[in-house]
Amino acid sequence: MAEPRAIHRRLNVRLWLGGSWIGLLFFCAIFAGALAPHDRLAQDLMLQTLPPAWIDGAEPGYYLGTDSLGRDILARILYATRPALIVAIVASSAACAFGSLLGLMAGFFGGWTDRVISRLVDIWMAFPPVLLSILLVAVMGPGLSSVIIAIAVIDWTRFCRVVRAEAMQQRRMDYVDSAKAMGYGTGRIMAREVLPNVLPAILVLFSLEMGIAVIVEAILSFVNLSISTDDPTWGSMIAEGRSIVHQAWWVLVFPLLCLFLTVLAFSQFGEGLKERFDPVMR
Amino acid sequence: MRLSAVLIRLASLIVTFFGVAVVVFVLVRVAPGDPIAMMIGPGASAQDIADLRALYGLDKSIPVQFVIWLGHVVRGDFGTSISLRESVTEVVFGRLPATLELAFLALAIAVALGGANAILAALWRGTATEAGVDLFNGVTLSIPDFLWGLIFILLFGVAIPIFDISGRVSPTLELPFVTPFFLIESLVRLRGDLFLDLLGHMIMPAMALALPLAAVVSQILKTSLKEAMHQDYALIARTKGFSETYVLWREALRNAVTPSLTVIGVQFTFLLGGTVIVERLFSYEGLGNLAIDAVINRDLPLIQGIVLLFAVLFVGINLTVDLCTVALNPRLRHG
Repeated sequence: MAEPRAIHRRLNVRLWLGGSWIGLLFFCAIFAGALAPHDRLAQDLMLQTLPPAWIDGAEPGYYLGTDSLGRDILARILYATRPALIVAIVASSAACAFGSLLGLMAGFFGGWTDRVISRLVDIWMAFPPVLLSILLVAVMGPGLSSVIIAIAVIDWTRFCRVVRAEAMQQRRMDYVDSAKAMGYGTGRIMAREVLPNVLPAILVLFSLEMGIAVIVEAILSFVNLSISTDDPTWGSMIAEGRSIVHQAWWVLVFPLLCLFLTVLAFSQFGEGLKERFDPVMR
Repeated sequence: MRLSAVLIRLASLIVTFFGVAVVVFVLVRVAPGDPIAMMIGPGASAQDIADLRALYGLDKSIPVQFVIWLGHVVRGDFGTSISLRESVTEVVFGRLPATLELAFLALAIAVALGGANAILAALWRGTATEAGVDLFNGVTLSIPDFLWGLIFILLFGVAIPIFDISGRVSPTLELPFVTPFFLIESLVRLRGDLFLDLLGHMIMPAMALALPLAAVVSQILKTSLKEAMHQDYALIARTKGFSETYVLWREALRNAVTPSLTVIGVQFTFLLGGTVIVERLFSYEGLGNLAIDAVINRDLPLIQGIVLLFAVLFVGINLTVDLCTVALNPRLRHG
């Protein structure tokens, strides 16, 4: 059978390419100190907006050029993987835990529990998410922890809606009735029987959510609400690059490229997972 | 829909609005930073500060403030902007048209692009064309509007500078407009020069907003078109000798549009939410850009007004789509 094998090969490409870039990010984040050719914070006004190494006027050792304060772009990009990955992991985990729990309850119990939780989701969905995240961070004060809380508070609905729908399907399955007949408690049935069947959907969403979290962090640093402006994030680098794009395009291009590839990697990884878990979908 | 169903739907809308109002009020009230401290000069006396507090109603207890505020909101009065010292209602409705023009231009681009994609892919299904459309959709879908905006700035603002990357209209132009709907009014006045200038400013943010939506439209429409092309009526039309293109345009498309419509409605609210950051990116003078300024300036009444207006738009779009779906599909009318 030629066809299934072809499909199988395509899945692996998505998973592998996405996974490799994510792996590379983790490597850079852990070893940023050893990899960075310069101090990420060192300013040198003699070295303002140097172009990357392959363009005339470049300074040796500054491979991707410098920004308007003479800071090395490569070093800043490498260090910026840290806040990006921290937000991706912590914010997605929090959104996932809270949203999945509520979704599981709504889907499994139905009735009033479902009505109250669904109404809450409706209210949440009536807010423009970017505006709400900016508002939340402004309320809590800028900083990485505010960014993480804001993302979790907004994006739990994604998990809640999907898990609720899945749990509603699972609830009608025979195995749930059997488990009830065997005298298992509700908590045990939800955690040990229903949850494992909903888990593939949660994992796919989790990968997609990590990409979203990275973007939201970039947006919040773009409007200067994430960590302090000295410490690099891709979003704050992009904001600086946007303001001097006509003078020094490279200040915008390189962090943008990293953000682009990272978002693409998480979404492709998620799509790859989806196809892997559910071959019928293909 | 029966009358009772309509009433239930409206009642649930009111609950949603009330919830939104509570969340907005609570969020804005717990915000640190004293808005009064930001608007007074260093020489203000304690009496001046107390007077200002009373003027903005900040001297009363929080539940009382909420009730007073809600009473004004219901009558369309959102208070006075602290940073601009103008009526929030006037400021917000002055900016809303710019955002609406941008959002609907983006919607038009998304429907045209996604629709064309889907029709091509459905006509040449199983060929390289369909694979190409799928790839295009996959990429456009996974890249959010913020990134598309930045990519367009680099491509068409810097590398090949053919479009303006800042503002709504060139500041040197003299504007004869009497309404805030510049794009529409430039058309009505037959001012081609102004229309093109406005469009030159709007096209990149609109494309950035449109691309992810175009991918969704294309995917849904393609799936329903392919399904429709296998139905009995399509088969009968084919055996009557009509061409594949004719069957698709005259038979399948009509039946495939309804499912896409529902999805477009939901996705359009996402697009509208995206205008906040995309307007910021292009310094476009719309509601979203204003919202970010309001947050930075801690302008509580303005923030409340904008967020509530967005919520009204979101819920209104969903309701419109629901009603349209029912109107288009007679089977749902007695559900």
